[in-house]
Formats: sequence, structure tokens, C-alpha cells
Amino acid sequence: MKHSIPFLCFRLLTGFSAALVPTMVCVLMGYLLMRGVPVMGKELLFGSTPPLDAVFGRAPVWDGLWPACVGTFWLVVLTMLLALFPGTGCGIFLAELASPLQKKILGAAVDMLAGMPSIVMGLFGFMLILLLRHTILPDANTGLLLAAGCLALLVLPVLAASTREAMNAVPRSLRLAAAASGFSRSQALFHLFLPAAAKGILGGVVLAVGRAAEDTAVILFTGVVANAGLPAGLFGKFEALSFDIYYVSSQYQNQQELLHGFGAAALLLGISCLLLAIARLLEGSFRRKWQGKA
Amino acid sequence: MRNAVESFRPERRNGEAGLAVIHVSVALAAAGMVLLFLMVVAFALPAFLQGGGGGPFSWSWAPGKGEFGILPMVAGSVLMAVLAVVSGWTLGLCLCCWLLAPDRSGKGDVLLRNLVGGMVRVMTAIPTVVYGFAAVFLLTPVIRSGLGGSGFSWLTAAIMLSLLILPTVVLVLQAGLGPRLESVRLAGAAAGLTRLELLWYLVLPSSRSTLISAAVLGFGRAVGDTMLPLMLAGNAPVMPETLLSSLRTLTAHMALVTSNEVGGAAYDSLFMAGLFLLLINGIVSLAIRRMGGRS
Repeated sequence: MKHSIPFLCFRLLTGFSAALVPTMVCVLMGYLLMRGVPVMGKELLFGSTPPLDAVFGRAPVWDGLWPACVGTFWLVVLTMLLALFPGTGCGIFLAELASPLQKKILGAAVDMLAGMPSIVMGLFGFMLILLLRHTILPDANTGLLLAAGCLALLVLPVLAASTREAMNAVPRSLRLAAAASGFSRSQALFHLFLPAAAKGILGGVVLAVGRAAEDTAVILFTGVVANAGLPAGLFGKFEALSFDIYYVSSQYQNQQELLHGFGAAALLLGISCLLLAIARLLEGSFRRKWQGKA
Repeated sequence: MRNAVESFRPERRNGEAGLAVIHVSVALAAAGMVLLFLMVVAFALPAFLQGGGGGPFSWSWAPGKGEFGILPMVAGSVLMAVLAVVSGWTLGLCLCCWLLAPDRSGKGDVLLRNLVGGMVRVMTAIPTVVYGFAAVFLLTPVIRSGLGGSGFSWLTAAIMLSLLILPTVVLVLQAGLGPRLESVRLAGAAAGLTRLELLWYLVLPSSRSTLISAAVLGFGRAVGDTMLPLMLAGNAPVMPETLLSSLRTLTAHMALVTSNEVGGAAYDSLFMAGLFLLLINGIVSLAIRRMGGRS
């Protein structure tokens, strides 16, 4: 077959982009890891503070990533506490209980929230504080809980979508069996379908943790700072890994700080990839469990 | 069989509390969403109605002189996203076709394709701030010494943004084009066409809505991203003249205004920017729903 010029160009381009994209990603991430991995170690996390003292909070860490890691950890934990219930609830509702109209409206709202720029969530938190200051709480300020609340809005659609998909993947035969054995709707839902979909939902939760850990734009508005030490409480300022990386890239003073930035970036990259891998494993085992039984 | 399941109506006796819990959770989530929309609109409305000189609808951002126009940033956001989508979508389309169309069926070839496909999935997990960090120290010096300028430019940020949206584009296209390719695969093989030829002559011309929704979804992500423009685009609040000049997007503008705490009218511009982003996102997600191409 004789080919037209556009097709030949297209064929060339496919090969070209297949070479270009992996190369770019590998070069960028390889460079990051090359500079970041060698600084990994006790020094990076704890600086000159003895690790045990730092872990138990007996001594402050000035030149390490420990406070940022702890900040990110609490941020993620709080976010998931706040988002888990509404997020999975939404997903279950959409998959099992909603009427077609409710499905349409709520589904559209969740989709819209999913595409919402994360900075808008941050702005929302910022507005909330402004509003509180002007009304009932004159000394309200941004802090950990507010940031977690806004992040919860950000990960809510992730949770809802993955829960909905997991519930939809529960095989029809199981539903039929539940109906045949006279389960009431909620009995079937809570004792059969939810346990059956648990692994899929868990995969979504891990993905959501990843989203919450990596996001920077939201916390930029809601109380992250560069030098807070360990978070002082629910309403205190905090540090976070992702923000530290941004801060170093724009404000670093010396080579030491720069290396810390590379270390932090490599660490965050590692955490994100690890979370993705766990989510994929969970999803894979969920699919395998129900494969061919629909 | 289907009817048996659909007509399954529970007796109202056991575990009604459990269902109520789910309704409560939905109400919570809905309340959060409604509050978000209301808040952003309510805060932006005064600035929107005020208009006039020095308000957000002008082309000059000079807080010192009392000018708080955000139109340069709106234009900046659109320009940035368009460039990122043009390159990201083209690359994504070509990459997706490459993934879908193995020329030779050797073992190494399949392995290579699986490897690249896996890498695209890993790319979805790379935090934007990590992309930005790597690009600040690797890409900007290259652009600075290769093409001139400061290195912090429209082009730099757009290159990274196109990498950022690439996995989204590839996954949407793969989900749309893959099944369609499979359905004509056998007939094509009988006619002696390779997969790539099938894609080019048959599948691509007939999947316009998939192609468009991938582009629109990519556009939405590119407009909404904060960290890459903030770290890489230089943030000068003016219209860019060339690919190498610096520009400021709405998202970066918002981050800068809050961190500098100018207060007053500067905050108005912040709220307007938020409303703009909300509206752009709303249009994008409506467009995608209309086309039904959401993955």
C-alpha cells in the first residue's frame, strides 16, 4: 500500500513521541534522584538532632525534614478522617441508592468537584477564615484543621468515584443471591456488597492519600509555613513536605538547603510512587477476585 | 434476571439506620460542595458588580498605583493552557497510537510498550511540585543558555504542563480508541492493514468526540495547575510578547497575592480570579458531560 505524506509524518511522530516522553521523564526524575538519593539518611530527616529525641518531640529539629514529614502525616490523617465518611458515602449512594435524577445531579456535582483546580479549594478555606474573622471569631487563623478540611474537599471526588466503581464491579450474581435469600436492602449492602467491594474502596483511599500528600496549592492558602517545627495543634501552623520543596526552589540560600530540597523532592516522589503501587496492587487483587464471576 | 434484581425492593424492617448514615454522609458532602460554590461566588460578586477604573477588569496590575486589573492574568492562563494542550495533546495522541499499534509482534516490542505504558501510569502519581522542582534546576538553565532570556518563561512552564497533562490525555484516548480499534482489527487484518494504518484511516476520523474530550480535559487540568506556572513562568503581570517572555497565570497570581498579603482591593482581584477559575472549570466539565467522554 502506498502511503500519503500525512500518514508517514504521523508514523514518524508516533515513534518520536514514544521516544521523547519517556526520555524527558527519565531525565528529569533521574536527575532528581541522582542528586536527592545520596543525601537521604538520618541527616536529611533530623539534621544534627539525635533521632530518638526528635521522634519523641524532646528536642526540636532545625535543619531536617522531620517536622515537614510529621506535618504532612497529620495533614493526611486529618484529611482522610474528614473525607472518608462523606466520600465513600457518596460513592455508595451513587452506586446503590440514588434515583436516576439524583444520580445525574450528584454525579455532575462530583465530576465538577473532581475537575476543580486545587487552588480554588485553598481559596475557599481562605475565604472561610476571612468570613469568621469578620463575624464571630475575630482571631480565627489558618491552620492544620482548615487545611485538612479543604484537602478533604479535594479528595472527596477521588473517593466517591473509586467507591462507585468498586460497588459497580460487585458481580450481579451476588446481588441476585442476596435478593433470593431475602436480605433487606441495607442488610445486603452492609453485610455483602460493602465487604465484597472493600478492596476496591481501599485502593481508592490509598489514591486519595496520595493526592492529599502531594498537593501544594491548597495548603499554600491555609496555613502552611516554612519554619513551624512540629504542628502545635489542630489550629496551629504546620510544615509540609510539598511546601518545603517549593520553598527551597524559590528561597534557597546555600548548597546545603538546595540539597535538602532535592532530598525532600526525592522523598515525596518515592512516597507518591509507593502509594500508587499499593493502590494498583489492591485494585488488581480486587479485579482478580471477581473476574469472570459477573 | 435483570428484572429480578431491579424489582428487588426491601421490606422496611432491618438496618434502616445504616441507610440513614449514608444519606447523612451524602448530605455532608453536598453541603461542602454547595458552601464552596456559594462562598466563591459571594466573595467575588461585589468586585464583579463594582467595575470601573482600577477594578479587576483592566489590563494593568500595579498595586502601588491602585490598579488591580487581572485581565493580563486571564489571558496568561488561557495562553499557557492553549500552548500546553497543543503540545501535550499532540504528544499524547501520538504516544497513545504508538502504544495501541505494535508494528512487530516480537517479545521485546511488547515488553517495551508495556514499559512505556506503565511509565505513563506512574506519571499520574508524580507530584506537580516535584516536576516543578526538577524543571527549575534542569530545564530552565537549558532554555536560558539555548534560547536566551531568563529561562523562566511561557515556554518552560508550557513544556512541563504538557508533560503534566499527558497521562490524562493518553488514558482518556486509550479508553476511547482502544475498543474501537479492536472492533475493526479483524476486518483490517483481512484487508492487509496494520494497526497504525487502521488508526489513521479509520479510527481517528471517527472518534472526534474522544479526541475533543481528551483535549478539553487536558485544558482543564492545565488551567487549574498552580505550582508549575508559579515556579517556572516568571510571573510578570503583563502580556507575553514571545514564547520566551515571562507571564503570570490566574493560579500563580492567586498564590502570589495571598503570600504578599497586600489586602483590600488586591483581595478583590483574588476572589475574581477564583470565580474565573470556577467558571472555566464549570464550562469544561459541562462540555465533557455533554460529549459523554469522561473516562
